[in-house]
Amino acid sequence: MSTVESIPKKLPGMDVNKLGKDLYEVFIGPQHPGSGHMRIIIRVDGDVIVEADPDLGYVHRTMEKLAEGREFIKVIPLMERMAILDACNITLPYVEAVEKLLDIEPPPRAKYLRVLLCEINRIASHLYGLGIFGVFLGHSTMYMWPFGDREVFVELAEKLTGARLTHTYPVPGGVRRDLPQGFAEDAEKAIRYMEKRLEEYRKIFLDNPVIQKRLIDVGVISKNLAAQLGIVGPNLRASGIKYDVRIIEPYEVYDELDFEVPVFEEGDAFARAWIRIIEMQQSLRIIRQVLEKIPDGDPLHEKFWAKAPALYKKVFEQTKRVKLIPLYANLKVPEGRAFARGEAGRGEIVYMVESNGSTKPYRVRVVSPSFRNAIVFRYIVPGHRIADLPAIYGSIDYFPPEADR
Amino acid sequence: MSIVEILKEKLSSLNPEISEGKGFVSVKVEKDGLKQTARILRELGFDHVKTVTAIDYPKENEFEIIYHASSFLNEELAKYIIELRTRIPRDKPEIETLTDIWSSAEFPERETFEFFGITFKGHPDLRPILLLPEVVDKKPLRKDFVVKEEGIFR
Repeated sequence: MSTVESIPKKLPGMDVNKLGKDLYEVFIGPQHPGSGHMRIIIRVDGDVIVEADPDLGYVHRTMEKLAEGREFIKVIPLMERMAILDACNITLPYVEAVEKLLDIEPPPRAKYLRVLLCEINRIASHLYGLGIFGVFLGHSTMYMWPFGDREVFVELAEKLTGARLTHTYPVPGGVRRDLPQGFAEDAEKAIRYMEKRLEEYRKIFLDNPVIQKRLIDVGVISKNLAAQLGIVGPNLRASGIKYDVRIIEPYEVYDELDFEVPVFEEGDAFARAWIRIIEMQQSLRIIRQVLEKIPDGDPLHEKFWAKAPALYKKVFEQTKRVKLIPLYANLKVPEGRAFARGEAGRGEIVYMVESNGSTKPYRVRVVSPSFRNAIVFRYIVPGHRIADLPAIYGSIDYFPPEADR
Repeated sequence: MSIVEILKEKLSSLNPEISEGKGFVSVKVEKDGLKQTARILRELGFDHVKTVTAIDYPKENEFEIIYHASSFLNEELAKYIIELRTRIPRDKPEIETLTDIWSSAEFPERETFEFFGITFKGHPDLRPILLLPEVVDKKPLRKDFVVKEEGIFR
């Protein structure tokens, strides 16, 4: 009776194959508590990773194909399911692309409202990312705090749109709801609270010597390599490249707002954590400005109102809610191709929409930030120890449903 | 000088069709000139691709392959998106890879390969990335693959 035999040869969720004398293949995921719905196949020599192969697609939903069988308006709720926390950022470039084809521009008030929700979403998305990052590093306070504080911004989004997540807020020609009464006061409270909290995050997380030891100089992406791999978002800016669609090609009203885009030179996991905290501070600044500057007016393009039944305008005046006009159900979009990009929480998202003049798109191509960041695992992880993998994974803020589409 | 003029000058030997689209600058070249055009664009400073994709035109019996290139390191070029496109026959879906010019094309080329069945010759690691092998055989983004959606009452 030896006790050795009773030890299971395989740990659940972790297959280990021996490849050579010292080389082992380790399957991390897709049920691994750290990796989410994604698998990284690594080959290790002792403790050092020599090769990594990201295996995506566990939550793939063929969104591009499904979009071809749906009307233009129905593609919006389909696409936002990639990253429900970041719904407005994710769908806005699609709406913009359709607007380019329709050749209409939304009224200024709608543009401000879109930016408002985009920034609320960005904060919620970063908080989610930081929470997951915290739990990867075994820092459970950093998991609990952002997840609790995220609720503040989810509720703020609910006040504005009526839905906690998946808001389907921007539609071609405008937005679906006007600003509710008393929103500015609630937002101001949330901003003050969050400013205080971000300072506390810094004290407990970024100034923590254990966290610093685990993150500094880990997963370094150099400036040139970042450009070569085409990674996006805070990860790119942490490597010293000043690329943010909000500045490079300002959409909506970003050119009228005063904000800064943080850029770090280090390119390590620590810089990627810092940059998210600073981006949240900047987003709070944007929200404050939007609520100060927002002009009066209609949140939907007059062309659409003109074709709406009289009752709809009445409903809008009473409830500030744009009842979805029947015209949208069979909205014919002129023939052509349009391309639009936007800065989502995790980075740049691009859409290419092709229409053949019917009510359904001929082709919708979407590339999400996480899909473009996935290549990092292949080129950055080798050379690190297994213990560094969660730190790198967390710092990239990789979100499988968004990458797999 | 506008970006269209610059491109016309630099690419004059390949005789491309250059026009401005909605949100991009379109550069259409012949299949054989694709790699050379990409190389010139890379030298100009377009250092990464945002997407690689294809569109199926069964009526014309052709695929259109599209690379959206842009720049990170050059802030001036970052404002533009170059839609580099070419057409290949539908019955012989083969094209040379551009991964040796743009490393960022590696994953999206794999995606185009599995969804359209287009082979990128010379790609270092041409495997499916998102789909299961049995779905890859169906080439789901081709127009002759029709998705049957269930109605509410079925």
